Amino acid sequence: MGHDGAPKIPGQGPRTVVWLGELTTYWRLRLRSLAMAGPPLLWLTLLLAVPCLLLGCLAFASRGQYGEIVFQATAVNLKRLIGYTTFGWSPAFLYIMARSLWVALVTTVLCVALAYPLTFHIATRPPKKRVYWLILLIIPFWTNVVIRAYAWLLILGPQMPPAKIAAVLGLIGDGASLYPGPLAVYLGMVSTFLPFMALPLYASVERINWEILEAAKDLYGSRYMIFMQAVLPQTKPGLYVGIIVTFVPSMAMFVVTDILGGAKTMLIGNLIQQQFAQARDWPFGAALSAALMLLTLMSLAVFRWRRRDGNGGGSSIFGGFD
Amino acid sequence: MKQKRPLVALIAVFGMVLMYAPSVAVAVFSVNDAIYGLAWRGFTLKWYKFLFQNEYIINAAINTLILATVSTIASTILGTALAIGLYRAPWSPGLHRLFDLVINLPVVVPDIIMAVALALAFNALRMVCSIFDIGMVTLIVSHVTFQISFVTLVVKSRLESLGHDTDEAARDLYASTFFHFRRVTLPLIRPGIIAGGMLAFTLSLDDFIISFFNHGPESVTLPIYVYAAVKRGITPEIHALSTVMLVLTAIPIIIAERLTRKF
Repeated sequence: MGHDGAPKIPGQGPRTVVWLGELTTYWRLRLRSLAMAGPPLLWLTLLLAVPCLLLGCLAFASRGQYGEIVFQATAVNLKRLIGYTTFGWSPAFLYIMARSLWVALVTTVLCVALAYPLTFHIATRPPKKRVYWLILLIIPFWTNVVIRAYAWLLILGPQMPPAKIAAVLGLIGDGASLYPGPLAVYLGMVSTFLPFMALPLYASVERINWEILEAAKDLYGSRYMIFMQAVLPQTKPGLYVGIIVTFVPSMAMFVVTDILGGAKTMLIGNLIQQQFAQARDWPFGAALSAALMLLTLMSLAVFRWRRRDGNGGGSSIFGGFD
Repeated sequence: MKQKRPLVALIAVFGMVLMYAPSVAVAVFSVNDAIYGLAWRGFTLKWYKFLFQNEYIINAAINTLILATVSTIASTILGTALAIGLYRAPWSPGLHRLFDLVINLPVVVPDIIMAVALALAFNALRMVCSIFDIGMVTLIVSHVTFQISFVTLVVKSRLESLGHDTDEAARDLYASTFFHFRRVTLPLIRPGIIAGGMLAFTLSLDDFIISFFNHGPESVTLPIYVYAAVKRGITPEIHALSTVMLVLTAIPIIIAERLTRKF
């Protein structure tokens, strides 16, 4: 709506329009709308758009001796990013960036694998039970990420059954805990993002035409074929939204890895937090943020391209929310 | 297809266990009568009593509520104005795309980048005006910044679902611009405004990352307090505090869900 053009009234001058039943002019309409939209637009521009651009510029500054910012164009931070330091080349930062992508990918795949059975199970419940299942699905969506991460510390602690079983099996030492490590991190990540994946997916699964699945069965489709040909095409819109809202924030995650992971599970989010909070090296932190933004935009671009490739539709990546 | 599928049910239950195990663990430990260690020493509610005697926690709770309330009011007004100003005016398609981009920015940009960008903005603004010294003001401003978009998106979808008939009818009956806004537009989009405001409030209560980068020593919120406690060493009070926070977020969800779903 909005810009589809209001009918002009002949003989009333070029700018006179009827807009939502009101006889007015384009200029009056624009002025009135700007009076409403101007302040919030200015707010978002000044506090969000401009600082994001500044962040890109800051990446070219450098850190002074006392943590102050030296405004002198230099590529030192970008070189550091790809591994060149005063002590020679090391792939540490590149490795952390690659790990961020990998962890986000594994988290997303695990969430998809869990979300399909979960949403199918909920969608096939009788309506009354379905409400309870849905409430059970929505509550974790709002569980605070800090609380959830530290709760896993409790569960994976040395006196708790999971660690004791692992110790009996000889997987970890006696009296050791199951954190920090990849297992703890993935448990934290999947339990955080499963609702993000399952809720949009459920919106699609709820509307599935089950007759198509039955037809596929009648035609002796294998389970794989039924999923690929009958389920996937029908649930693509929800799946796409779920993948975006899982992949992008899990790439930038820092709370879960900070609490449940060690140095070996560090992600780019942890690195950014270190630069701003501990090392007081804002320019390098800005360079890392720019790199993360680039990774985010790249994954969104890949996604849009894949989606145009398939039979998805809609004008915006958030189409599924409306 | 509505047959018994034990494997699907098993994985579904496993998913639920993954999502609920942390909350259940915290709740169980919050009533455990042991200061150190995690062994079960019997039921107690004393950690909840300590909770209300700890002035840091009470301060953090007050901060969190003030922050959520003030930022929600501001962002609901700004976000609603933005939605009406943008989607009820004859802007060109190019401008519309630009506005959409700005509005979708907080939804796409990862939290941590937004937090860092805001910290940078406050650092620059501080040179101009001292009210941007890190503290409650910066917290409120930063929360409003990410809330506006969510309110706008919710109100926008409400506006789009309304159509133009009522507006045209009001104008045909000689409603003035103000009367039309006050008595036609506002009542019609009220559900959208309320839903957007509730979303903004919950987002503010739940936020950790943006607050973490923009809070001062005097403006600690509950999630920041819990995080600091985890770094310092967890006490049973933290379990009690977390349980209270979990329950307080669950109640409105259950109520809203019962009200909106028509079964």
